[in-house]
Amino acid sequence: MKQITWSHAVNEAIAEEMRRDDMVFLLGEDVAEAGTPFKVLSGLVEEFGVKRVVDTPISEAGFVGLAVGAAMTGARPIVDLMFGDFIFLTLDQIANQAAKQCYMSGGKLKVPMVVRTNMGATRRSAAQHSQSLHTLVAHIPGLKVALPSTPYEAKGLLKTAIRDDNPVVVFEDKLSYQMKGEVPEEEYTIPFGSANILRPGNDISLIAASSMVQVCETAAAQLEALGISAEVIDIRTVVPLDEDTLVASVKKTGRAIIVDEGHQSYGITSEIAARLGEKAFYYLDAPLTRMGAMDVPVPFSPVLEDLTVPTADGVTAKAVDLVSGAAR
Amino acid sequence: MATFNQSDLPRLLRMYRRMVKIRVFEDNANELYLSAKMPGLTHMYSGQEAVAVGLCESLKSSDHITSTHRGHGHCIAKGAQLKPMFCELLGKAEGYCRGKGGSMHIADQDNGNLGANAIVGGSAGIATGAAFSAKFRGSDQVTVCFFGDGALGQGLLYEVMNMAALWSLPVIYACENNHYGEYTHVSEMAAGDLKARAEAFGIEAHTVDGQDVMAVCQLGESLVARTRKGGGPFFILLDTYRYHGHHVGDVNRAYYRSKDEEKHWKNERDPIIKLAEHMISNKWTTQTQLDAVASEIKAEAKAAVDYAISAPYPSGDEVGMHVYAAMQN
Repeated sequence: MKQITWSHAVNEAIAEEMRRDDMVFLLGEDVAEAGTPFKVLSGLVEEFGVKRVVDTPISEAGFVGLAVGAAMTGARPIVDLMFGDFIFLTLDQIANQAAKQCYMSGGKLKVPMVVRTNMGATRRSAAQHSQSLHTLVAHIPGLKVALPSTPYEAKGLLKTAIRDDNPVVVFEDKLSYQMKGEVPEEEYTIPFGSANILRPGNDISLIAASSMVQVCETAAAQLEALGISAEVIDIRTVVPLDEDTLVASVKKTGRAIIVDEGHQSYGITSEIAARLGEKAFYYLDAPLTRMGAMDVPVPFSPVLEDLTVPTADGVTAKAVDLVSGAAR
Repeated sequence: MATFNQSDLPRLLRMYRRMVKIRVFEDNANELYLSAKMPGLTHMYSGQEAVAVGLCESLKSSDHITSTHRGHGHCIAKGAQLKPMFCELLGKAEGYCRGKGGSMHIADQDNGNLGANAIVGGSAGIATGAAFSAKFRGSDQVTVCFFGDGALGQGLLYEVMNMAALWSLPVIYACENNHYGEYTHVSEMAAGDLKARAEAFGIEAHTVDGQDVMAVCQLGESLVARTRKGGGPFFILLDTYRYHGHHVGDVNRAYYRSKDEEKHWKNERDPIIKLAEHMISNKWTTQTQLDAVASEIKAEAKAAVDYAISAPYPSGDEVGMHVYAAMQN
């Protein structure tokens, strides 16, 4: 299988879908000749022209709102939101307009649009360019939320998002754009709502999304050396959530740590822990444990910033405590 | 007005009929509220009929509009039927949105109405996007974005007007200045020349008497035709007045506007009376004929209200439906 970067995989997904469907177009800040600051979209304007790769003014609410109207009337926009933090500027358009059109109209209107944005700290970008805000949109019925973890996932989930008739927000870890991974030559998509068991195990379930999947894989390798068998599950889509796979895993292992880069309080770690508590309580051998980002704005100083996000060592230590009973 | 003559009578009568239909609809909606038959509140369009009717007169059913929380008038002007509208106001299954939207979210996509919107200025993005999509798809559809003077305070409007101007989008921004954003006069909320806000983007802007349906129609006809040929966007500031309060429950209004002011607009500038007087003084029609039109519409509205009152509510199973669109791919 070919090895390509995350950026390349995203670029391929968009190009393939734009070739497949003339109604698909891209818009956002510096998406055309600049190809975004991360260069993810380079080359698309050369193939598809400025009619379908549209540079917008720096007006996040405006161009997201414009995309909602375009989606309601037959087009299929992919909006590039340069940083996940800017989602706050667009929330009325995403949450009050895009998410609710189908329901408010009794199913007559639909909004087939994708908002592609990013998440993740430790890029030394400080408090307004480092947040992981997927919880905000996951809270709003009517939206779907995908968090790919590898180039393969990024391509497959994005293609599914583009074909979905509903508004989908895709969060990519901004430190992953140069990550290389295996991506098939042939066409594929990844269905929403199907969590991926990356590594089977018996003693503890490590449940994560986005770059926290790699954190959990590293932790699982460390745990193996300590004689602890960890099961690693990539959630893939927060909405819809594949609750069955997560519940089945925890019923088997009796323990779980849910790891996420969003703030821990009121975050998806809390939601997943609560659901596992409701559905797998009588199978538990240890408290369901959340590891989210610290509840502080992301600090600039590297020394401080690195303390705010879950690490493999932290997950390993917590897992050892839970399995050994030291957490009692 | 000079451009309308007796040969335009069918068109004038159509507009007259639509304006009366809106007025009668609102009178019934008010009655449903007062008699506690309607859940929640509603915002009435009475007084502003010439705006929606005059502009929609030049639109095809495939053209789009976006509407506001005060949206019944736009909905009727774009061709909606009274029965499913009253059903929607009462939360019934046969409503335009199966009772899920209510007064503030009525959408009638078959007639190009992309929906009322309960966020002030909230549909400016949708309207501009519909215009973008029309151009992108190679269609000659025109979009009219209705909003009130209150929406002039929202940043979104300026973000999308900028894009509409940059990309020459086929959209007409119709600002219905009814002089009050909720309970506050426009002069306390909007600085400077309102029209100049659009002109700053290089958008051609017009002012028109929003109580004169012939003037609105005439301007609308010319701007819609120019927009259809790629000449857009445009901005229209329509001077109008809402007869009722901000919503049906806003009855004691003396603290923000005088009874004399209300009387002046109702007696001197009523859009329905103005058009009737014009047609009668030219001897194109008679008061008797116009009274017959009103009686017919009142009977239609009464039948629609009776139907809606006895129509079934949606079944409880529907509460979880339509959160997501069924997939076509």
